[in-house]
Amino acid sequence: MPEPPTYHLTLGQRHFSFRDLRRLMACASPLKSGDELAGIAAGSSQEREAARQILADLPLSLFLEDLLIPYEADEVTRLIVDSHDAAAFAPVSGLSVGEFRDWLLGDEATPETLAALAPGLTPEMVAAVSKLMRVQDLILVASKVEVVTRFRTTLGLRGRFSTRLQPNHPTDDPRGILASTLDGLMFGCGDAVIGINPALDSVDSCVGLLRLLDDFRQQTGMPTQSCVLTHVTNTLEAMARGAPVDLVFQSVAGTQDANSGFGIDLALLDEAHAAGLELRRGTQLAGGFGDNVMYFETGQGSALSANAHHGMDQGTLEARAYAVARRYRPLLVNTVVGFIGPEYLYDGKQIIRAGLEDHFCGKLLGLPMGCDICYTNHAEADGDDTDTLLTLLGAAGVTFIMGVPGADDIMLNYQSTSFHDAWYVRHMFDRPPAPEFAAWLEKMGLSRDGGLTLPGRAQLRELMGAAGG
Amino acid sequence: MTDDLIPWASLKEFTDARIALGRAGTSMPTRELLKFNAAHAAARDAVHVAADFEALAESLQTAGEVVLQVHSRAADRAEYLRRPDLGRTLASEALAELAGHPPSDVVIVVADGLSAGALAHAEPLLALLLPELRGAGLSVGPIVLARQARVALGDPVALALQAKLVLVLIGERPGLSSPDSLGAYLTYAPQPLTRDSARNCVSNIRPAGLGMRPAAWRLAHLLRQALRRELSGIALKDEAGEPPTAFAASELTRLPRG
Repeated sequence: MPEPPTYHLTLGQRHFSFRDLRRLMACASPLKSGDELAGIAAGSSQEREAARQILADLPLSLFLEDLLIPYEADEVTRLIVDSHDAAAFAPVSGLSVGEFRDWLLGDEATPETLAALAPGLTPEMVAAVSKLMRVQDLILVASKVEVVTRFRTTLGLRGRFSTRLQPNHPTDDPRGILASTLDGLMFGCGDAVIGINPALDSVDSCVGLLRLLDDFRQQTGMPTQSCVLTHVTNTLEAMARGAPVDLVFQSVAGTQDANSGFGIDLALLDEAHAAGLELRRGTQLAGGFGDNVMYFETGQGSALSANAHHGMDQGTLEARAYAVARRYRPLLVNTVVGFIGPEYLYDGKQIIRAGLEDHFCGKLLGLPMGCDICYTNHAEADGDDTDTLLTLLGAAGVTFIMGVPGADDIMLNYQSTSFHDAWYVRHMFDRPPAPEFAAWLEKMGLSRDGGLTLPGRAQLRELMGAAGG
Repeated sequence: MTDDLIPWASLKEFTDARIALGRAGTSMPTRELLKFNAAHAAARDAVHVAADFEALAESLQTAGEVVLQVHSRAADRAEYLRRPDLGRTLASEALAELAGHPPSDVVIVVADGLSAGALAHAEPLLALLLPELRGAGLSVGPIVLARQARVALGDPVALALQAKLVLVLIGERPGLSSPDSLGAYLTYAPQPLTRDSARNCVSNIRPAGLGMRPAAWRLAHLLRQALRRELSGIALKDEAGEPPTAFAASELTRLPRG
């Protein structure tokens, strides 16, 4: 005999029942093609609203007892349970999910209280409350949170806005990569990181790219960090060879099985984190030494795509990936929101919603959230949709976005945000780059009084010279 | 702002990335905005324009090939994009179409995939590849044209046609600067639930990417090796190198008549 359904509600003339909390969470989620593909989305709009009404009345503390994936079966669940800070949770421990939404929107939820609360929240709690929130709620609450991280720049300060310069090239040609890097610097981009997705995955090739960027940085005195986004085992090997590794990169997901599909587990990430810290390549900054050495990327749909979703909705799974990320106090976490394709996020509306959910959930959990605001050519999305999400995330206080030449990544074949787009956010929200990087831009004549300028001949010669001519 | 006002415009020589675009204020200048939009439009059309299989079917039949046409269980583009599982499954009527053909070494599936425009490269590729395969003594079964198809649709096709190996030529996910790339996926002894690691892929086949001659050369090499060693996937490495001068020197772009 199957267990009888646990949750019931009559809405209007119709009766709805949900067999367990996982199913209820999935049905309460905004419509996404990935949840439909998994066969777990609400079957109707009324079923979705019924699920939300039930969810709103559940105690937040339920998520500490009803673990959506069992403790014994999944090391991400064990991480979430074992690292939960009951004292930090105390101020909201008596609230229902719906009351928690009201609390977050209210005056009690200040930057200080939210920072103190973060270790008391689990991914499932923040995912649950996100399902009750409108777009403006996701923006308003996230905008209160301040998460500051450091390496050679100080990121996430209130009123600042940073960019990852992404100078990818289809064959990793060093001159091509430096050409795109220079173009980005002329636009004042790159204070979060200069990060290359390598076309070739060999350690030799990655070490070559790391040296290329590090030489360039040292010659120009540019205060930023570099990263080659290759598998963590490659980066460990590169470090063993003495390569100049600033940030250790890895894609992470919200279940042990999905991480296994990425070829990682927590023990491996522990090892990589320790190896990165040991290099002490960050610098002493105004607020402390730069010891945030990890860079993680995530994205809704990755667990389903690895057939490792355990019947959970992709929004909740994504929030669980943030539990993995926060264990390592990363410098940057980037949700790559529209890259995975329309079978997970079908159109601009779904991509926009997912990007705002991810930013909200990550920030509440205490992470320096950025977003690769992007789309592929087979999704129902275009530049108007990326502009919309860019504007909303600018209002929400996103930590960083991508800077891709002309928004067109010629290696990964997708469209992201451009250097020009970053300036749009700077103008609209009056948000300059990280202070150390902003000072360097002024010194190099790349900006004057915060505005974009053309570099003088001498500075241009210096930059071009550092790039090898 | 024009090129002569962008002091680093010379860097364009080193990359096809959209660098040194200039700016209007700090925003994208009109000329570059329109270029970007036009490239996106080409990529969108590549995904959404229905593939025209009729011209290809006619050319293949005129050249003496047996041509079969099948459809996946994805009814239209919208369903195809949302339901990859349906794009990997044959529509029920396809089995009748595929019945009654003798077993063969190789069956070739030409699939629309994500780029109808890429199908323009199927005929010139086949014009080089088919004689090479037959010249090596391999039997080539019917050419199967598949609509709303993913790579894995080749597996049930090969099973129905009792082929040892299936080669799927399929329109790839279009990039902004490459809306018409054809991909080629080779699978030895395909089964239901064949893993991607059991396939070999030759991608970016298009005139401005991997040309027809090197693509046909590499595929012919991989096919012969797969059949000889009775495997495909990560254990089978692409060691074909560049085609010798004598290979398809005339670069046929059409199939021979009859």
